[in-house]
Amino acid sequence: MKRITIEPVSRIEGHAKITIQLADDGHVAKTDFQVTQVRGFEKFTEGRPFYEMPGITSRICGICPVSHALASAKACEAIMAVRIPPAARNLRELLHCAQYVQSHALSFFYLSAPDFLLGMDSDPASRNVLGIIRKHPDVARDGIELRKFGLQIIESLARERVHASWVVPGGVNAPITPQTRDRILGELPEAKAIAHRTFKFFKAVLDDYTDEISHFGSNPTMYAGLVDQKGSLQLYEGALRFRSSIGEIIEDQIPAEEYSQWIAEATLRDSYLKAPYFKPVGFPDGVYRVGPLARLNVIENYGTPAADAERKEFAQRFGVPAHSSFLYHYARLIEIVYALERIEMLLGDSRTLDEHVRAKAGVNALEGVGVIEAPRGTLIHHYKVDEQGAMKWTNLIVATGHNNLAIGKSVQQVAEHFVKGDKLEEGALNRVSAVVRAYDPCLSCSTHASGQVAVRLRLVDSRGELLDEVSN
Amino acid sequence: MPKKLQLRIDGEMVSALEGQTILQAARNSGKYIPTLCYLDGLTPVGGCRLCMVEVSGIDRLVPACTTPIQDGMSVSTTSAKLTRYRKIMLELLFIERNHICAVCVSNGHCELQAMASQMGITNVRFSYNYPKLSVDQSHSRYVLDHNRCILCTRCVRVCAELEGAHVWEVTSRGIHARVQSDLNQKWGESRGCTNCGKCVQACPTGALAEKGWAVEEMIKRNDNITVLAHRKGAGA
Repeated sequence: MKRITIEPVSRIEGHAKITIQLADDGHVAKTDFQVTQVRGFEKFTEGRPFYEMPGITSRICGICPVSHALASAKACEAIMAVRIPPAARNLRELLHCAQYVQSHALSFFYLSAPDFLLGMDSDPASRNVLGIIRKHPDVARDGIELRKFGLQIIESLARERVHASWVVPGGVNAPITPQTRDRILGELPEAKAIAHRTFKFFKAVLDDYTDEISHFGSNPTMYAGLVDQKGSLQLYEGALRFRSSIGEIIEDQIPAEEYSQWIAEATLRDSYLKAPYFKPVGFPDGVYRVGPLARLNVIENYGTPAADAERKEFAQRFGVPAHSSFLYHYARLIEIVYALERIEMLLGDSRTLDEHVRAKAGVNALEGVGVIEAPRGTLIHHYKVDEQGAMKWTNLIVATGHNNLAIGKSVQQVAEHFVKGDKLEEGALNRVSAVVRAYDPCLSCSTHASGQVAVRLRLVDSRGELLDEVSN
Repeated sequence: MPKKLQLRIDGEMVSALEGQTILQAARNSGKYIPTLCYLDGLTPVGGCRLCMVEVSGIDRLVPACTTPIQDGMSVSTTSAKLTRYRKIMLELLFIERNHICAVCVSNGHCELQAMASQMGITNVRFSYNYPKLSVDQSHSRYVLDHNRCILCTRCVRVCAELEGAHVWEVTSRGIHARVQSDLNQKWGESRGCTNCGKCVQACPTGALAEKGWAVEEMIKRNDNITVLAHRKGAGA
């Protein structure tokens, strides 16, 4: 028995390791995807005033703090039982779309493009964003520009690019100015042109990755995401829909506060990341995926012309539902197109400029759930408070958590296909990491949990034989 | 009419009235001495020790806010030793409780934070206590977060001296000291509290805040307290 450990898995957000166990004949016997960090947000927020939660929980992540702030604010508003002003609603979606652009650009250009553009088997020393800057400066520049476009919108609305405190329970704390709107609209055509160019090169390189598309986590699973009543994509509002692996709608229009009837979480022995599963099917078979590819599979349409045209082309090429995790990258690019279109629509809506952007209220309900579609998938914040508004209990289900079981299966599939024990190649191991990157997992986000922490100590001898094992 | 006295502050001759403190004499002559627990209009207590100064002929440091001037006194408000001590004072305030600026209602408007920034404190050299402290949210309009309290007692003094309600007091000693309302009742159950909010406005950090404000949103107005105090002739 031989064991290969990939630690840390690089170019992802957070810390993880992958253990591959090889049988004596050199074939992959077992793989483990383990998340090796713990955060504790659910525990240390106990006793805090509920209205501090958007500020505290946005610190879970430096890449998508907007997602946590929004889901948290929505949970707070359920506790306050208020409806936020229309301008605040539009501004929040605008902020959210800007975050989609910057976060997806980060995942695509900075983290994953080194694999497509430089090759899965290229020298690992230069298989990174600096390698892209050297060999494909135009693509690197586009990535940086697109990310900057998103971040600058966030900064112009919220005054800070990261961890802004503009989203507050009840709305936002400042309206948008006409000058800001005009500036964003002025920069939009260039951002759209970058998205178009990126699509062009990505579609061209796709043919080089047919093997990866076939074997990169292509096991069918269920999919989940937020949709409106017509089944169009919703990033900020909407209700939860589950679609089966053959494309049938299993459950639809699940309101936020009923999520726990359909989603339960299992605690794994070897990982700090819990494993949510579809409750009616049970653990461990109730695997579903969230995120860009899941959203593409779940919805009827995006609801914006250019993104819908891209989805149509995607459907012709791969079919819907598409299962290969490699196609997450494709779906991510479609969502950049969608987000840019939504930004234009929201800025064109006269209500967006209204100066009434905040509703105020105290504690009117003792429990609240906020759900949004974060760039990496469905994000759930669930709070319980006492009558004075002190936090009593928190549950956060973060996108990467939903995908935990699916990532594990994808790692197994890629390892089985690409890793051969008699001849170990770095490129093969990189593919194992690359399938994790396809999900763009944010592990620092997803291990906010506390409570049953899995600790396992293994004592092995020089030949890798297990001598003793202690676990809690 | 009080007598005029002459003293030197950082080598410069200034005149001030008998009965005034070193801090008052310094401020009246445009000299800066850092303070945290001092609030113009309230009785000074010399609690935070940031206003410590050197006086010629005295072999220990004295707090400027409570030390009366004397004729011919020579005071130094800045020196390497004073800077070192003031930094240590601030660092000890930070380690004592849980001051997490990034998620605080007073972030950007906090006197403790501003003082640390002004003193160039970029890191804290002592290990943090991380005490588990409660947040009293029982009041309908305000909230008391012991995590952010530096025991400056401005709330105690403003409530007693200006509002006359005397709701706040300090209980226990040393590191266990806490501000408390009435006889250690929840603030919301205090019968003495008039809901005036002067304690909130006087508080230099986010320890006392209005309910419902998010991160960075609590902006305090303690200039009103000074104006009101001088009008009423309260304090020093």
